[in-house]
Amino acid sequence: MTGILVLEQSLNGLQFGLMLFLLAAGLTLVFGIMDMINLAHGSIYMIGAYLIASMALASGSFWLGLALGIAATAAIGALLELTVLRRLYQRDHLSQVLGTFAILLMSNEVVRMVWGSQPIALNPPAALAGPVALLPGFSYPAYRLFIIAVGLAAAGLLYLMVTRTRLGMQVRAGASNREMALAMGVDVRRLFTLVFAMGAGLCALAGGMLGPLLAVQVGMGESILILAFVVIVIGGIGSIRGALLGALLVGVVDTAGRTLIPYVFERIMGPDLAANAGPAVAAILIYVLMAAVLFFKPQGLFPAHG
Amino acid sequence: MKTIGLKSLHFTLTAAAALLCLAGPVHASDKVKVGMLSTLSGPGAGLGIDIRDGFNLALKHAGGKFGGLPVEVIVADDQAKPDAARQTADRLVKQEKVDFMTGVVFSNVMLAVGKPIFDSKTFYISANAGPSQYAGAQCNPYFFNVAWQNDNLHEAVGKTVQDKGFKKVALLAPNYPAGKDALAGFKRYFKGQIASEAYTPLSQLDYGAELSKMRASGADAVYIFLPGGLGINFIKQFVGAGLSKDMTLFGPGFSADEDVIRAVGEPMLGMFNSSQWAHDMQNPVNKRFVADFQKDYGRLPTLYASQGYDAARLMDAAVRDVKGKLDDKTALRKAIAAAKFESVRGAFKFNTNGYPIQDYYLRVITKDAQGRITNRTLSTVFKDHADAYVGECKMPAL
Repeated sequence: MTGILVLEQSLNGLQFGLMLFLLAAGLTLVFGIMDMINLAHGSIYMIGAYLIASMALASGSFWLGLALGIAATAAIGALLELTVLRRLYQRDHLSQVLGTFAILLMSNEVVRMVWGSQPIALNPPAALAGPVALLPGFSYPAYRLFIIAVGLAAAGLLYLMVTRTRLGMQVRAGASNREMALAMGVDVRRLFTLVFAMGAGLCALAGGMLGPLLAVQVGMGESILILAFVVIVIGGIGSIRGALLGALLVGVVDTAGRTLIPYVFERIMGPDLAANAGPAVAAILIYVLMAAVLFFKPQGLFPAHG
Repeated sequence: MKTIGLKSLHFTLTAAAALLCLAGPVHASDKVKVGMLSTLSGPGAGLGIDIRDGFNLALKHAGGKFGGLPVEVIVADDQAKPDAARQTADRLVKQEKVDFMTGVVFSNVMLAVGKPIFDSKTFYISANAGPSQYAGAQCNPYFFNVAWQNDNLHEAVGKTVQDKGFKKVALLAPNYPAGKDALAGFKRYFKGQIASEAYTPLSQLDYGAELSKMRASGADAVYIFLPGGLGINFIKQFVGAGLSKDMTLFGPGFSADEDVIRAVGEPMLGMFNSSQWAHDMQNPVNKRFVADFQKDYGRLPTLYASQGYDAARLMDAAVRDVKGKLDDKTALRKAIAAAKFESVRGAFKFNTNGYPIQDYYLRVITKDAQGRITNRTLSTVFKDHADAYVGECKMPAL
């Protein structure tokens, strides 16, 4: 029984971690390469989820909705970069925070106006709605397995892109030394727009994947944005590898904490106290993890800046 | 650079927390003013919207007047956030000077807004939240609950699960006052083994970790108290994980009413749940309520809508009884406590702590004659049931 519990929780942690990675990848690149704090990242995730949900409902096909929604969100991301964010690169971080925070507030209101304040229910495709028997006596939701597969594929493709392509080389150059990359003739403007659009597409992918598990609602971006920041701080800002490791760490620690801490507390202090203390401690566990990582490695696990 | 990044992040989070509440006012006189402070956004929005719509329908049935006086309803969204709700409640009682307050869905919000409302000597008619605190030690003459005390529906399922002979039950509720009340109520009547007991944050929508624990616990039944969007997600994920084959799912009416059925559909069939009301109750008031609710809003009403409807009917009766003299608090309190209105659930009266004494029913989700998936009332679990906290209530003077 416990073997199955550990296996199932590891899969849950992996699934959650990979989705955090999709969000954190875009965030860390924008932060690392453009030296830009983008609080509107969570809003792009929300807009992506809404676009995918409404296109999936309108077309009746989850897959079509997913594809169209990702493309549309990437386009919105590029547009946002070209019109607004580009003007913020030269400013200090405070202006960037205020500017992108304004975008966050505006997106919330726009989404509320367009879709209303009640959440939209997005259902997983019928083929993936049921359980899959992985071991005798242990079945796991097919949709969560699918999320893991998509997350791994996206991480693999990103890795190939960053390490094997010309674009990836420019991205890495920009992340480790922006001025030098500029001096070597990298077309930074085009690069920034591309990176931003890609980050937006990844956000939409995460939004579409998580939509059926969570709820597509106004404000969904804020809570997950905080986790994404935790991930990139743990992983080291600007590093894709760090983002992946940080995301998996946060995913696994959070999931394990929700199981183990109430269990341990119940042994120590009895069920009544544990019912109060357990969930509270489990909820702050990842922040304790972040503090611990920063204490030993102030630059994060894999700092991109030499 | 990194330090600046982190500092800015902190700054932003603080700023974000500070910048999240506002709404818009209007005012007049010689009328009954009702502050409808309810949850109209987020996963709990369906509940607040049903309370509001039920309330408005009763107002329409009463010709837009309570006891002959025109009614102004000021609707505000509490966003299910206690801090935001408290500010709005302050504004409603101090600036708008409403005569009644109602609408709060969640008990943590209720406990936050109670004090300013009671301090301003405004009557609060709860159409949902029924925290044990206000039923027992902290009972207040300005608080009435026209729905139930939080424990009640859970007590009814606890008794049902016990009577059906289940031995090992896994429990799950959100980590907030009503979640604690819920599982306390369930355990008051279920005497078997508790295989696992978990409390999740009210904002949590992914139950992967909890489902794994339930599977490992080897329970033969699962009891959840997850209202609105939380229940919708849980039941979908429960079925998706294949647990519905090994464990029988029970819930209160909150996890098995029309809002959840609409979103989940077929997998809900056969789920037992409890309620103080059902749309198939055969009294004339209820028939009119159900028929007109469907006509006006194009959906079957939930228990929340029935509670909103009854809250308005109670106010109507009380205002009529005091002949519109809303400033005579003693008379108004007496009129409310008398509960001289016809409730959609049939017999209804208030206990000394301002909470109901009423019957509770067992319902099951089936396909009805028209092929709709909906609730059917099976039996009465409790007759004239009072809450467990009334003995602790020493009602203070007005």
